[in-house]
Amino acid sequence: MLKELGRGLFTTFKMLVRGPVTTQYPEEKRQVRPRYRGRHVLKRYENGLEKCIGCSLCAAACPADAIFVEASENTDEERFSPGERYASTYEINMLRCIYCGFCEDACPTEAIVLGDNYELSFTDRRDAIYTKDFLLEGVPSPEMTTPQKVEPGVFTRSVPEMLDPQD
Amino acid sequence: MDWTIWLEWAIKSLVLIFTLLIGFGYLTYYERRFLALLQSRLGPNRAGPQGLMQWMADAVKLIFKEELIPAKAYKLVFILAPIITMVPSIVIAAVIPWGPNVNLFGRDISQSIANINVGVLYLMSIASIAVYGIVLAGWSSNNKYAMMGGLRSSAQMISYELTLGLSFVAVILLGNSMSLVEIVEAQRDVWFVVLQPVGALILWVATIAEVNRHPFDMPEAEQEIVAGYHTEYSGMKFALFFMAEYQKMIVVSAILATLFFGGYREFWFLKDTFLSVDRVPFLGPIYMFAKLVVLLGIMIWVRASWPRIKYDRLMAFGWKILLPLALAVVFITAVGILLAQEVNPWLMWLTPILSLFAGWIATLMVDRTIRRKNYA
Repeated sequence: MLKELGRGLFTTFKMLVRGPVTTQYPEEKRQVRPRYRGRHVLKRYENGLEKCIGCSLCAAACPADAIFVEASENTDEERFSPGERYASTYEINMLRCIYCGFCEDACPTEAIVLGDNYELSFTDRRDAIYTKDFLLEGVPSPEMTTPQKVEPGVFTRSVPEMLDPQD
Repeated sequence: MDWTIWLEWAIKSLVLIFTLLIGFGYLTYYERRFLALLQSRLGPNRAGPQGLMQWMADAVKLIFKEELIPAKAYKLVFILAPIITMVPSIVIAAVIPWGPNVNLFGRDISQSIANINVGVLYLMSIASIAVYGIVLAGWSSNNKYAMMGGLRSSAQMISYELTLGLSFVAVILLGNSMSLVEIVEAQRDVWFVVLQPVGALILWVATIAEVNRHPFDMPEAEQEIVAGYHTEYSGMKFALFFMAEYQKMIVVSAILATLFFGGYREFWFLKDTFLSVDRVPFLGPIYMFAKLVVLLGIMIWVRASWPRIKYDRLMAFGWKILLPLALAVVFITAVGILLAQEVNPWLMWLTPILSLFAGWIATLMVDRTIRRKNYA
């Protein structure tokens, strides 16, 4: 009897020695895993142009039908992204999204990426629809914001050339 | 009798009551934090610095909660029961000495409210009254679960009170007095836990059963009978039961410290140093507080570690193991004292040896019962 009772006390004592495993969440956040699928981010090139070309492949791939894309024409006077077209409307309904990451896989320009933000709360159903302004990542410097006025004939390819086509 | 004695009593009573009430608050905090640490958690740490104001938040919440009285309840008794439970848990603390006499304003003031010469009997009688509140609460709720909780509680308390009384007898024999102050002073040379370790263990088990703590908390077993006798209580009435339970925890730990762990006295090997309460009487409450913290910590540790035992096992353990063992302990203590007086003072040390042997036989008996039950 005494041995078993002692073992019980020892088990909890070990926990006392080991210390608490609690993470004090709002103050202290745990690093997410490298392949964590959080909220989407629309990426930009180094020069500030948007990677998204408004092709709607993400919307086609989306099993939950959460993404809505509307494309418009780029001009060299007002250029948003390389190539002919850009996404003038880009909306994700976060109530529908299942964070499967198919949009990320479907994107030909690697424009949409599932980031590490998991703090998605809203108080209204309308707030659940994340618009392009919200999803688009920031620019490195203020003059790089879109639309840009560029030299004609530079940004003609909408999909960048592959670094290693064999890959 | 001059009027200042009334003033002294009033002040001491107020200090004791407020100490117990605030002690209740911080005991809940201590229990939650320590229990959390034993379970690899942090516990409440939001309200105030390190959660120290948590008990105040709990109190405010409980005061403002709606109080429900069931339609079929016996209203008078239903309202009286929490009070009947609460009062003994405070009143019982009156005889516990918190330190030796001190000289304040030219008066010799004892650090207990009443130093009565039958203090141990007072403890026994008040401890028995506490069960009434619980039984009445269970009965007046007009709820089967509450009734069962009350019945379990009364059966358990009556069973373990015999053991409690017998372990008090061992202390009375050792201290040669029923006054708690004299019992404490008798532990000047050696604490009674050294002379009678099994007696201390029995008293500890019995007090845990008395205050319905784990692993003997059958009256409140959530998995079986909801919350036991306070199922139908809400708001401040529930808080009174809660308060009574935690104050009883403090008080029984104080009793255990007084009877076996030297009360307000220092370790016996420190008795001629400046740490002695004989030189600095104000160290008494501090020593008492330290002992309470340790004993309550052990209670919480036990709660975190051991599962609740079955009700028939509880009764069998109380009547078939603990009661005979307590009788044996009383007998061994008496024999030891007699031999020490008549033959040789060194024979006093037969008491701990023989009682440890008796305790070992008792654990063998428990093991045997458990093993036999397995085959049946």
